[in-house]
Amino acid sequence: MTELVRTESLHKQFGELEVLKGIDLSVEAGETVVLLGSSGSGKSTLLRCINFMELPTSGKVYLHGKAVGTETKGQIKYNESHLCSVRTKVGMVFQHFNLFPHMTVLQNIMEGQRTVLKRNAADSKEKSMLQLERVGLTDKAGEYPSRLSGGQKQRVAIARALAMDPDVMLFDEVTSALDPELVGEVLKTMRQLADEGMTMICVTHELGFAYHVANRVLFLNDGTILEEGNPQQILRKPETQRMCEFLEGHSLFKLPD
Amino acid sequence: MEWDFTPALNNIDILLLGLVNTLKITGLSLCFGIPLGLLMALSRLSEFRPLSMLAAFIIEFFRTTPPLVQLFWFFFAFPILFNVNMTPFTTAIVTFSIQSSAFFAEIFRSGIQSIDRGQWEGARAIGMTRNQSLRRIILPQAVKRMIPAFMERSIELLKTTTLVSTIAYTDLMYQANDIAQKTFRPLEVYTVVALIYFVLIFCFSQLSIVIERRMARSGEGTVH
Repeated sequence: MTELVRTESLHKQFGELEVLKGIDLSVEAGETVVLLGSSGSGKSTLLRCINFMELPTSGKVYLHGKAVGTETKGQIKYNESHLCSVRTKVGMVFQHFNLFPHMTVLQNIMEGQRTVLKRNAADSKEKSMLQLERVGLTDKAGEYPSRLSGGQKQRVAIARALAMDPDVMLFDEVTSALDPELVGEVLKTMRQLADEGMTMICVTHELGFAYHVANRVLFLNDGTILEEGNPQQILRKPETQRMCEFLEGHSLFKLPD
Repeated sequence: MEWDFTPALNNIDILLLGLVNTLKITGLSLCFGIPLGLLMALSRLSEFRPLSMLAAFIIEFFRTTPPLVQLFWFFFAFPILFNVNMTPFTTAIVTFSIQSSAFFAEIFRSGIQSIDRGQWEGARAIGMTRNQSLRRIILPQAVKRMIPAFMERSIELLKTTTLVSTIAYTDLMYQANDIAQKTFRPLEVYTVVALIYFVLIFCFSQLSIVIERRMARSGEGTVH
């Protein structure tokens, strides 16, 4: 197995507030990793440090074994244009979709290919249609995002990220803003991606998804990784009191077996 | 009191020449003022503090001083300081371009800032640079929201240009003063001029309502 993403004692501070307190994470190609944790535990921030939407305060991020940024005298400097090229390789999908409302679905998916990757119109259109097929929305190519349901919007957002041919995909609570009945279609798309061998790091509250799809689950608490392991083990028999409470809170009102 | 429009109507060609000059000044000031306004707005939003502070100062200065003072300053003071000669026409273009750009800058700035942060993030996540995000994602959405304010400001500018008559530029107002004094018919002449301005600006604002409605109908205003 080849390692795709690695973080090394990653710290992130917002002013006085220390959100990440040294995260060491390694993700191999083709792996699906789920980050669990209550709000404020730092899971979203960790995700956003991996594609440099947030710059780590200290510590390193490695992609394909190469550290991002240049280190001089213990201080890591990041070059914005280099970070842009990193972001094309690390796709991200957001809770609130962030589709471009002034563009059609097809234009949304073509935008990055045209503007950033400089692909020609025909190629990027072909590629976009392929990605739309992958998320099952070819018939919506000409629609504006405002005419889509939440689940459809999120699948378009996934297609938009996939069209850049990323090495790894980051999912930041992508079902949290959806009506419950629309959650399934998005999770199905994600599961299909995982089955196809896409490397994925997902922040989610969907324990079922973590249980059935993830290769590995990480439980974050107060800026550190508290527990880590395969989902069948860690979700059934958590070792720490903190994770027990977290899981109980999540399954408090489950239907009885 | 007896109304007699003949002197005014006999000189209508002179008034229309003034109208053309008024439109010339307004149009040219808009041509320079809008790009300059965008430039100032971007400077003001820049993360480089000195640039942002300089832009903020210029914008505030031109927004808070009376346009008539600015016009006189550029006409009488500027030539002494820099040893250049400016015709009333150039003075008018320079003054109104800068003056209106300060207002346009604020329209641009608030328009850009009104766009949801998620749009910047969505653009950044697919590898776009700040400039690409601005050009392709933020501005196209922001400009749509700015159109009513742009129209309002352009109308304001058109009205402000009447000040150039004070530095002897032959705009509509200047011609009106001229004819009024020659014919001793200020009542009718100024009535006609007021009507010309009214028709012009009324048409313009109707047009802006039509554009606004069309924008609303295309309905891509929602952020998500």
